Amino acid sequence: MADQIVFDGRPLPVLPGQTVAGTLWEAGIRSWRTTRVARAQRGLFCGIGACFDCLATIDGVPGQRACLAPARPGMVVSSRHDPTNAEPPGTTASSGPISAARYDVAVVGAGPAGLAAAATAALGGCRVALIDSAAQPGGQFWRQRGSETGDSEVGGYRDWSVYAGLRSIVEERVDHIPNATVWFTEPGFVLHTTAGRLETVRVVLATGAYDRVLPFPGWDLPGVVTPGAAQALLKGSGVAVGREVVVAGAGPFLLPVAVGLAAGGARVNGVYEAGDPRGYLSRSGSLAGAASKVGEAMAYAAALARRRVPYRIRHAVIAAHGDASVSGVDIARLDNAGQVVAGSVQRVTCDAVAVGYGFTANLDLALMLGCATRVSADGGLAIMVGGEGQTSVPGVYAAGEITGVGGATLAVVEGELAGSAAAQAAGSSDPLSGRDLASLRRRRRRLRAFADAMHAAHALPAGWPAWLEDQTLVCRCEEVPYASVAAAVTDLGATDARAVKLVARPGMGWCQGRVCGYATAELTARLCERDVRRDDLVAFAHRPLAGPILLGDLSRPS
Amino acid sequence: MAMSQPRSATADVVVVGAGVVGAACAYYAARAGLRVAIVDRGSVAGGTTGAGEGNLLVSDKSPGPELDLTLYSLALWKELGSTLDADAFELERKGGLVVAATVSALETLRTLGTEHRALGIAVLELGPDDLHTHEPHLRTGLAGGASYPQDMQLQPILATAHLLRAAIRDHRASFYPGATVIAVELDEGGRVAAVRTPSGRIATPAVVNAAGTWAGDLAKLAGVDLPIMPRRGFILVTEPLASAGEAPPIRHKVYAAEYVDNVASEASDLQTSAVVEGTRAGTVLIGASRERVGFDRTFALPVLRRLAAQAVDLFPFLASVHVIRAYVGFRPYSPDHLPVIGPDPRVPGLLHACGHEGAGIGLAPATADLITSALVGAAPAVDPAPFSPERFAVASVAGEVDG
Repeated sequence: MADQIVFDGRPLPVLPGQTVAGTLWEAGIRSWRTTRVARAQRGLFCGIGACFDCLATIDGVPGQRACLAPARPGMVVSSRHDPTNAEPPGTTASSGPISAARYDVAVVGAGPAGLAAAATAALGGCRVALIDSAAQPGGQFWRQRGSETGDSEVGGYRDWSVYAGLRSIVEERVDHIPNATVWFTEPGFVLHTTAGRLETVRVVLATGAYDRVLPFPGWDLPGVVTPGAAQALLKGSGVAVGREVVVAGAGPFLLPVAVGLAAGGARVNGVYEAGDPRGYLSRSGSLAGAASKVGEAMAYAAALARRRVPYRIRHAVIAAHGDASVSGVDIARLDNAGQVVAGSVQRVTCDAVAVGYGFTANLDLALMLGCATRVSADGGLAIMVGGEGQTSVPGVYAAGEITGVGGATLAVVEGELAGSAAAQAAGSSDPLSGRDLASLRRRRRRLRAFADAMHAAHALPAGWPAWLEDQTLVCRCEEVPYASVAAAVTDLGATDARAVKLVARPGMGWCQGRVCGYATAELTARLCERDVRRDDLVAFAHRPLAGPILLGDLSRPS
Repeated sequence: MAMSQPRSATADVVVVGAGVVGAACAYYAARAGLRVAIVDRGSVAGGTTGAGEGNLLVSDKSPGPELDLTLYSLALWKELGSTLDADAFELERKGGLVVAATVSALETLRTLGTEHRALGIAVLELGPDDLHTHEPHLRTGLAGGASYPQDMQLQPILATAHLLRAAIRDHRASFYPGATVIAVELDEGGRVAAVRTPSGRIATPAVVNAAGTWAGDLAKLAGVDLPIMPRRGFILVTEPLASAGEAPPIRHKVYAAEYVDNVASEASDLQTSAVVEGTRAGTVLIGASRERVGFDRTFALPVLRRLAAQAVDLFPFLASVHVIRAYVGFRPYSPDHLPVIGPDPRVPGLLHACGHEGAGIGLAPATADLITSALVGAAPAVDPAPFSPERFAVASVAGEVDG
């Protein structure tokens, strides 16, 4: 008999390495959670653990993210849960020590930056722990299905040889702690993870980013997902998000997602880019070090053209329609100022839409540790770092997207720099194993300049708040409509994003503002007739707990 | 909402602080016909008000002046509920349930209950079995408890916002958010003349100090000492449990009998006692901890663990419920744990409305009523003597304040 899980009494076949969400999606199930106010249906949205829309009860433990949970044969998954009737109490976190000894360096996040940092610090002679929420190292960029070794050809992976090299060093020299999430940090440093407690002298944060989304009418319909969700579903579970898919938003990430979906058997009904990357692609061809990036974009564009997938710039999805799940989207043309051109709206049919506008850095731990922040080139919040990833907190380093979104190549360079700085602080005499620090730093500056130019070309469409209707949800978790956010400012005295959060509750739910934070900050600023400030963004990024924890687990002393 | 910068304004009274006490003072004073300006360095409910639970409790107070003020204040909250739309700020007459784990704790509870009944407060003594008809998910083996139907709950941020809105909309008060008071100007006679912020000056003969935990700083700007200090508390918030419109799994404000002792305690080290209640948003709030550690906002894991353990001990089902966030706040307390309400004899025109510790939400309307009576020269509805700032005017001369 084939491997199966049981969902609400119904057996579903499981492929090795799939997530629970992947298994449900493949079976045609688009929603498995009911919201508490509107009783609306929800399922996969962000696909990588940030939004908490895909919660399910798994083997009796409620509130599990189906997009993260590996589907194991025999698992019982339920869309319903009675909190007062959980017997026996579940557990998802251990409070015991992971290792008796203190680490020289603990790296959080095993994506490109974290892998590079861990490998560099280990080669520099440090005792290193690498903590990651996935089963396999690689992060979102080098995500693979379960324990399978990735195949660079089939999966469309970039820079696979870089990954293979880092991974082999990590396997030999680093304590890799998979399937573990850090939910609390204490100064000094103690990291409390779901796999246990860990002590370390230094921390390198490489916690990455997730898709940034802007609300629009219908964005809460099942089948509306982020590009990251579509990518994770494809790479991690081998499932195409739909048969007919629209990919939209802003940024170069839309291209590999669309190409991957087309290669994976979906029909891509269009890629709609809100920005205008033409100018920067021609200009930045001359930027040293950027040539390969431009070449990459051109190759994706050519792949789309071969499959006759329309690619439109200055277009955006401004509404989604459907009953039980999405059946079509409204596409509008945008003018130079990012406003919808009157009369340009067209309906495009689809059974899934992937929409995202760049990325939001995952700053929970950095803010918990007290690292200073800045507003970065893409308008989001980033950690302030020195030339080698030093944050404002002694002993804490940051690398990759949390220092400013810039892509995997830059993340690897930053990881190497932070790993070597941590190793040097630990007393290593040759932290870069003979490589030249100055040239690495030059490379970082070049790639950062390219990233900043890229953000300018893929800027958010300024007119997006005009897409909202009064009842369009801004906060998906707490089901806070735009009208309530507006009333908090115009009627109830809120003058910053924190006050809007207190008065109207956006960001108070399961995801703790991870999804609605950027949009609420910008809406607040516009309603107050001013620019977005750093404190508006911090109000939605600061979280005393970096993830939910069962009261039973919290109640056990460490 | 009318908001502007106070380049040059005049007012009959400037209320400093847009928390629940300041908003109530602004509303009552404006309703009495005074031209009111409210200033706050931040936005609405940004301090202790935004970090509370919204308790309107009689059950945790021993007989004395604070209980008298509370009984008056709760009557005013009910009145405000009908004037301002109780539903808009989630005013619920849900009742409190105090539970005792041991026979000796139960005896203490019974003694307090007898005193409460003598004051006309409704108290129901409950045996172990009665507890479960009130709260079906409480653990077994508790000694008993007491039910206080007069205890209420509201959403403190919304209550503040609606008081402020009514003051501005209906009674022409002005609100200046983002305006830090940098000076309280006195005239040559030593009376309040104006309040200055970086963006302007408001000429006024009266200032109400409703700056909460930071009230001592404002008093200093007027040249006087006021011993208001922070007492830190954490609250855990669970995932939403009940769907909207469904009965929540925890119906009352439920707390352990030890809480009453902790509230009145003089100790500076950590004290915790279980306080558990549901909210309209479906979440369960779990408190309460008390520590005197200054304004340290660091989340202390050992305290969070104790709060979790105590809540799970009362309600075992909570072990399988997620905490999704936590918040920290600072209760403003005075050395004798009574609020400071009324004119400061050292600076004519300066009135204090602060030092409510953990009871500011409940005591806000009565505080505002006393302040307004003092401003317009009306007879006070409750004896204000126990709350008078004069008690510290004497103490600070002796240089003796609780540190």
